[in-house]
Amino acid sequence: MSGVAKYLSAVALSAAAFLSPALAAEETEALGDADNGAVIFRKCQSCHAVGPDAKNKVGPQLNEVFGRKAGAIEGFRYSDGLIREGNNGLVWDYEHLDAYLNNPKALVSDTRMNFRGLKDEQERHDVLAYLRQFSASPRDIPEAQPTAIPKEIELSDEILAIVGDPEYGEYLSSECTTCHQRDGGDEGIPSITQWATEDFVTAMHAYKEKIRPHPVMQMMAGRLTDEEIAALAAYFAALED
Amino acid sequence: MTLNRRTFIATGVATATMAAPMVRASGKPRVVVVGGGAGGATAARYIAKDSKGEIDVTLIEPSRQYYTCFFSNLYLGGFREMQSLGHSYGALASQGVNVVHDWAVGIDRDAKTVALAGGGSVSYDRLILSPGIDFIEGAVPGWSVASQNKMPHAYKAGSQTELLRAQIEAMPEGGTYVMVAPPNPYRCPPGPYERISMVAHTLKATNPTAKIIIVDPKDKFSKQALFEEGWGKHYSGMIERIGPDFGGDKVSVNADEMTVDVDGEVIKADVCNVIPAMKAGRICEMASITDGNWAPVSGHTMQSRIDENIHVLGDACAQGDMPKSGFSANSQAKVAAMAVRGALTGSKVFPAKFSNTCWSLIDSDDGIKVGATYEATDEKIAKVDGFISATGEDAALRKATYEESVGWYAGITADMFG
Repeated sequence: MSGVAKYLSAVALSAAAFLSPALAAEETEALGDADNGAVIFRKCQSCHAVGPDAKNKVGPQLNEVFGRKAGAIEGFRYSDGLIREGNNGLVWDYEHLDAYLNNPKALVSDTRMNFRGLKDEQERHDVLAYLRQFSASPRDIPEAQPTAIPKEIELSDEILAIVGDPEYGEYLSSECTTCHQRDGGDEGIPSITQWATEDFVTAMHAYKEKIRPHPVMQMMAGRLTDEEIAALAAYFAALED
Repeated sequence: MTLNRRTFIATGVATATMAAPMVRASGKPRVVVVGGGAGGATAARYIAKDSKGEIDVTLIEPSRQYYTCFFSNLYLGGFREMQSLGHSYGALASQGVNVVHDWAVGIDRDAKTVALAGGGSVSYDRLILSPGIDFIEGAVPGWSVASQNKMPHAYKAGSQTELLRAQIEAMPEGGTYVMVAPPNPYRCPPGPYERISMVAHTLKATNPTAKIIIVDPKDKFSKQALFEEGWGKHYSGMIERIGPDFGGDKVSVNADEMTVDVDGEVIKADVCNVIPAMKAGRICEMASITDGNWAPVSGHTMQSRIDENIHVLGDACAQGDMPKSGFSANSQAKVAAMAVRGALTGSKVFPAKFSNTCWSLIDSDDGIKVGATYEATDEKIAKVDGFISATGEDAALRKATYEESVGWYAGITADMFG
């Protein structure tokens, strides 16, 4: 499954959480209602805490669960199954959380989470929208999971077809590398090295149109022409670590 | 690579006697950079990297270990250790920059040479000056550089910052910290006010009855609404600011008595942090490329308006709308590096673009930011677009802003030093 496809189900959620309702309706299909999710979450509260000062109970605390490797909270005693799946690469992205909430034992057969599952799709989306609010970091950094929203803007074939000039991209990139590390380091600020060009172009246009929310990036992208965005995409895609 | 001084001088002399047309019959074009901070280190690195050996780049910087002024307030607040702000020049040297640890003490613009304190001189085809700031003598009556061990400025990071922190830690219970804030324009517009926040953060934990007084000659200051909101929220009752309407512009100090006179009213200080009015680093005056306190430049190339063979970066230059910040200096360095390469090797030159963002920390996980983009016009570097954090933002966004600033620190220092 491609990275992009994997993110698709997260698209609507992050949009609902971070875009104005009007934009979200225009650009994506709204899925989750966090307020309703808070009510549904009462079913989970006997075992799971979330929010400020949340501690592990029968189940682990759920702050920052989005993007977390399964079985990864230090000091919590997980089932062998969750530790195994974590080591196999299971990361709690939207898609996997959704599947797990639907039927925990279907995803991790020997989990100790004795919950029959939320069968109503909308309820799952609502509760995930609620939980998403407690995985704030790195909110507004759409390149990183789980806020990746690569398809939030439809670009014309003409824009996507522009072949960028990497030499120009190299010069323009010097503005990016004041914050984004060329070698792909991503402490606090995401890496933009070796992105697929289409993802890069889409993201930059989404900032330019102020659909993605980050004010620095809106400003930086806001004055780039279509050709300049293509040039940057070409340069960063080809950049070696 | 480090140069043995004897060989280095010999090289310098040899080059000087070769005379210097723009493109030499033999030998590479030569760029000398004075000052290894956000402007100079970035320019040296980008020219060496992008010219791929076609340009000989020498960086003259007296310190072997550079401490960034940006984030040094976080050291005062206990959020960073001094060691984490230190950077050496080893990586630049391995990327082809000749790093010479010495003071530049004079510039002969006709001969195109830079004299070094250790003796000898080095010749250039293009000179880049990025010396940062110096203080205007007599700006705060009673204070001189000789007073800095009693009343530190801590506006060049390193031992001054360590001294200030030690003084804050030694304050008596309920003591008074006074800051004499600088007039515009100065390095890092939000810097004094972030510092106040960080000092308050430290005192709140260790000496909660202590007082902080800012004596300020300015009517208003950078991110004022955001800082004042934060001070009310985190440090209520601790911070008092005396603006020009109450004599904040009529201040003198007595370092022996540790007193501050504000328009006739004498305040006894336990710590007095004097940040005097600023001017371009002295080497600019020595080169006679200043007009008033700063060195005017063209925004298209960062070339001095007085000598086209000299580019001036960062705090020292007068360029227009950009604030004096490490981010700005780094941004300007890239434009200068491109222009210098274009002039010396004929490489492609693109239109200048600039940007700046300044993050400030008010308290744990309470970060704010202000930023803008800029373009070059014939008159100046002109602002295009900008943004600022809003008052009343939620805690998660403020935390994310702080985390972003930490990422920026890692990014810009990698961009400067390689």
